[in-house]
Order: sequence, then C-alpha cells, then structure tokens
Amino acid sequence: MSLTHSEVVRIAHLARIAITPAEAETMRRELERILAFVGELDKADTTGIEPMAHAIDVVQRLRADEITECDRRDEFLALAPDTEAGLYLVPKVIE
Amino acid sequence: MSWEVVIGLETHVQLKTQAKIFSGAATAFGAEPNRQACAIDIALPGVLPVLNRAAVVCAIKFGLAVGGHIAPRSVFARKNYFYPDLPKGYQISQYETPVISGGRIVFTLGEQEKTVRLIRAHLEEDAGKSLHEDFHGKTGIDLNRAGTPLLEVVSEPDMRSASEAVAFAKALHALVVWLGICDGNMQEGSFRIDANVSVRRPGEPLGTRREIKNLNSFRFLQQAIEYEVGWQIAELEEGRAIEQTTVLFDPASGVTRAMRSKEEAHDYRYFPDPDLLPLEISPAWIAQIAAEMPELPDAMRTRFMHAYGLPAYDAGVLTSSLALARFFEQTVAAAGAANAKAVANWIMGEVAARLNREEKTIEACPLTPNQLASLIRRIADGTLSSKLAKQVFEALWMGEGENADAIIEARGWKQVSDTTLIEPLLEEAIARNPKSVEEFRAGKEKALNALVGQVMKASGGRANPQQVAELLRKKLSG
Repeated sequence: MSLTHSEVVRIAHLARIAITPAEAETMRRELERILAFVGELDKADTTGIEPMAHAIDVVQRLRADEITECDRRDEFLALAPDTEAGLYLVPKVIE
Repeated sequence: MSWEVVIGLETHVQLKTQAKIFSGAATAFGAEPNRQACAIDIALPGVLPVLNRAAVVCAIKFGLAVGGHIAPRSVFARKNYFYPDLPKGYQISQYETPVISGGRIVFTLGEQEKTVRLIRAHLEEDAGKSLHEDFHGKTGIDLNRAGTPLLEVVSEPDMRSASEAVAFAKALHALVVWLGICDGNMQEGSFRIDANVSVRRPGEPLGTRREIKNLNSFRFLQQAIEYEVGWQIAELEEGRAIEQTTVLFDPASGVTRAMRSKEEAHDYRYFPDPDLLPLEISPAWIAQIAAEMPELPDAMRTRFMHAYGLPAYDAGVLTSSLALARFFEQTVAAAGAANAKAVANWIMGEVAARLNREEKTIEACPLTPNQLASLIRRIADGTLSSKLAKQVFEALWMGEGENADAIIEARGWKQVSDTTLIEPLLEEAIARNPKSVEEFRAGKEKALNALVGQVMKASGGRANPQQVAELLRKKLSG
C-alpha cells in the first residue's frame, strides 16, 4: 500500500502534529513500511470469520452505579500549567 | 412551485445515573467546577474506563419502549477530535454497532397521528464545558460534565415542518422522563437537540442539509428551524447552492450562523476502543427489565379510554406525564370509578389552572389525590354545590383542612337540603319578586332562574339549586 505526500500531511494535521515537508517525506516512507508489515495480515483467509472488536475474546464487565470517586480537584489542578477559580485554563478557544 | 422541508433530529438524552458512564465520579448538576471530575474523566495516563450498568439499563428500557432492536453485542468506539473540553482527544461513543437500532415514536400533532422512525440510539460520554468569559485572554475548562452518560437518539429525516419536529421532540422528551431514564431538565442541558434541515422540490432527491447544533428548548427548536428553512429557500431561489455545514442558533437575534466547515471535522477516524470490551446484553437481562417497565403512555391512554370511559382528548392529556397519570389513577381509586370523568375534569380544569398559575408541576401539587377524591365524593353525593366545591378546593389547596369533610364540618358548608330550612327562603324570594313570579306563571321559564338565584344567595350558596328549582316550581304551579 502506498501513501501520497498530501495524505501524510493531512493525517499529521488531523493528529495535530506539526511536521516539515522533509519530515513528511520520511514519515511517508516509514508509514508505508508499517502498512506493508500490517498488510501481511491481508493474506490470511478470513472467509466466514466474524470480525472481533477486541483482541481478547471476553465481554465487558459492568460496574454498579455508585459514586466511588472523591473530590481530588486540588491535586489535579496542581498538575496543570494554568488554573483559576477551580478551572483549567487553556489558550482562547474561538468558535 | 413549492418547497418541501426535510428534518431529522439527533437528540442527546442525559441518562439519570448517580455515577458517570465510565467512572465512579458523581453526575449531579451544579457542583463547583472540577469537583466531580476524577482521574478517568480528566484522562490522566494509565486509567481504564469501566462501563456503568445503570446506563446500559437505561438504553435497554428505551429500546423496549420504542420497539427497537437491542443489540446482543455492541461495541464502543473512539471518535477522535481535538477540543479543550475533551481531554482524551477522543469521545467514547458507539459507531458501527449501536446498542439500539430502529424503533419508532408515535405522537399526535393536532388531530393527526404521526410516526417518526428512529435510525439508532447509542451510548456515549458527554464532553466538559468551555467557559469563554475572559480569563486573561484564556478559556476556562470545567470537566464536571465530562463522562456524563448520554443516549444519542438519531431519527430518520421523517419530519416535514418545524411544528412536526417540535411535536416529535416533545413526545421523545415525555417518553424518556416517563421511563425514568432522564430528568428532562432542559435548562440544565439534560435534553439537547441537533436539527438537520434541508429543503427540496417535492419528489426530488434530498437537498444539502445544514445541522443546527445544541438547541435546548422547544421554542428555540421551532424558531431555529423556521429561520433556517426561510434562509435556505431564499438562497436557492437566488440561485446559490447550500453548503453542508454546522450552524448555531442565536436566540437573541433569532438567526442561524455557520460555525465551522464540516469537511474536516467529519473525519473522526472512528475505531473500536481497545480499553473497552464488547457489551453483551442477554435475552434474560432484557426480559427482566421488560418485566419492570412502567406501562407505556400509549397503552395507558388506551386503557384510560376503555376502563374509565374517558374521551381520547382527556386520556391524552392525563397520560402526558407519568406523574399526572398516577395522580389521576390514585384519585379515581379513592373517588370511585363512577366519578372518573369528574376526576379528569377537576385535574384538567381547576388543578391544572392552579398549578399553572403557581408555575408548579403535578409533583409539587399541594393537594393529594385523596383530598381531591374527598371533594369529588361530596359533590357526587350532593353534599356540596359546585360553588361551595370551589371554595372547599381553595381551602384544601391552602392546606386548611385534612380533607373535604373536615372543611365542610369546620365551616358549616354542608349543602342544605332540609326543606324546612329552605321553605322560609322560598317564601321570601316569592314575596320579594312578584314580577318574576308573574312572568313564570305566564310561561316564561327563565324567570324561575332569577328566583332560584335569590334563594341561593339567601342560603349563602348552601342550598341545592336543583332542589330549589323543583320546590319553587311546585309552589308556583300549586
């Protein structure tokens, strides 16, 4: 499977990764090798096999509807670069 | 040539659970910022989401109520996008295999019965909140809402007018509140609607749609769609094309405006969330929940018509909420089924008017079903005239007595039906109103009413008007 330069630029943008055109070319080649590696799986005959949603064939455990977490706001806020009035502050979001 | 309007709704129903969908943090509304946002909700590294059973139960109840297919196995997926109030960089949602698919909502619009088909309903987590007021040029983030369980209900584009969309949304709202899976509080964002709107010439393929985001009142839904439809028709008639996009409705100006181009945001790169395993729902679990379901509004409406002989309109009004329906049934149980229509009249009349005036819902009604029944029984057995009944109602409402009997007793309001007490009042009325007497004797039936009125007035409203009329008639024709 081959990737184009513009596909790599688009993927990088969607993932919010800033890359230079030179880096994009390196990435393009590396990603192509990864895809080729994973592409080996396409050789397996999966006719009649139901796709799995998870590598482990078990089902989701459910938790009871109970409040088990206490308020640890001060500890969490201390990890953030900027806070005020109990809020995390981020660069201005403009809609 | 006319235009046809096509509307589909996506509704975010906030599920009524104590804890969040994937964590044990509280969901209660109104806490101080970030006090209900735990390590999982704020996406600290190394945490693992575990699904809340109650959220699944809510989804199953909804599936049963709308006649949808409840997936024996469904999968959670990551919906990837960047926004500061989404700390993980993805929202856990369901994509290819939603928990519920299909189903329908049936409702009435005016006299007509309408059906809107549902495409799907899936479980997902809510995002946090961005506060855009100025924090030194920065935006504040409150993650209390992050991880709150939502059921996103997606309809087919089956609606053809703003009024139809509003009627559908109201029916859906009533249903989720009825089922007890949502508190229905729209001001607090418990029920938020996105409307997909397009127009086309009748018979032609669907036009390009624009999505109006985040409408949190039925009035805004109506206004936003009406504005949007007008705008789209004007654009098309000017020869311009509609561009698929997301718009916001500004209640202050009443207009919709484009938010961001959807092309890019559309690429959510969904994939199954490796942190969560497939959700399995067994037929036994569904059967157990089905057995605990409340009677649904449709079934109850039909039963009210058959069991109590109520007109369709009354049955519809009384089943508009589970609380109202229960109030009605409890009152009828205490007043007797023979008084069912009277109970319906009182609830839809005096009680509703009074609640409206005081901006209360039936849950906050100061009058209990037993108190209302005591009043209705005393009207039915002739103890109370309708005029006195209203005063007893007022007294009960104000909490001035335990039941109607106590109030009648305390105020001496018992309707007087003892003829020896009424007799002097009749004589007096006849003596003082010779003109009416003469007119009645000359064959003018209406003249009797004036005399009855006089007697009623003299009795302080305690006489029974039918009895008075009868006695007067006998006297005057004798």
